[in-house]
Amino acid sequence: MTLNHFSAALVFSIFASVVFGITHRDNARDMVRYGLYCFVMFLGGVFVAGWAMWVLKR
Amino acid sequence: MANSTTERSKAAAAETVSLMSIVAPAIGWLIPGAGHMIQKRWIRGLLLFVSIVTLFVLGLAMQGRIYKANGGDILDILGFVGDVGAGALYLLSLALDWGQGAIAFATADYGTKFIIVAGLLNFISIADAYHIAIGKKQ
Repeated sequence: MTLNHFSAALVFSIFASVVFGITHRDNARDMVRYGLYCFVMFLGGVFVAGWAMWVLKR
Repeated sequence: MANSTTERSKAAAAETVSLMSIVAPAIGWLIPGAGHMIQKRWIRGLLLFVSIVTLFVLGLAMQGRIYKANGGDILDILGFVGDVGAGALYLLSLALDWGQGAIAFATADYGTKFIIVAGLLNFISIADAYHIAIGKKQ
């Protein structure tokens, strides 16, 4: 099985965010919110790092 | 009379809590999410189980490497520590000799990281199960 860079990052972000959300907050609403926050941060980090590498390469 | 009954029930509750504070992390290590399920946090336990097991299995499917106990390179030692966190999945992988192939392409390295992260996430899950058991978290 092969995943490209983005899909690997996406899968990682989803599952890591679920675990972070559940373990770092006390009630269901906060868990969902924190999980979504982590997911956005993970994916945002991927895009920022991607563009940073593109700029460095030029 | 009432006082002694109350004290006995308090002592029984404390004993249950202390027993659970050992059992929940132990079973949570062996089976991801089980530390929550044993404390009747069914949905949380199921989500943790699915997340951690899926990451681990995807890592294996991507031909990631399973680290064995070693005293060599620091990254290999840390890889082993991460892998061990997956509990029964790690033991099963060792028993069936999974994840021992040579890494032939770039995404296999992602697989190795998926497996390590699955173990590390399970460590967090274990700590959470412990906090629930001692009453620090609902």
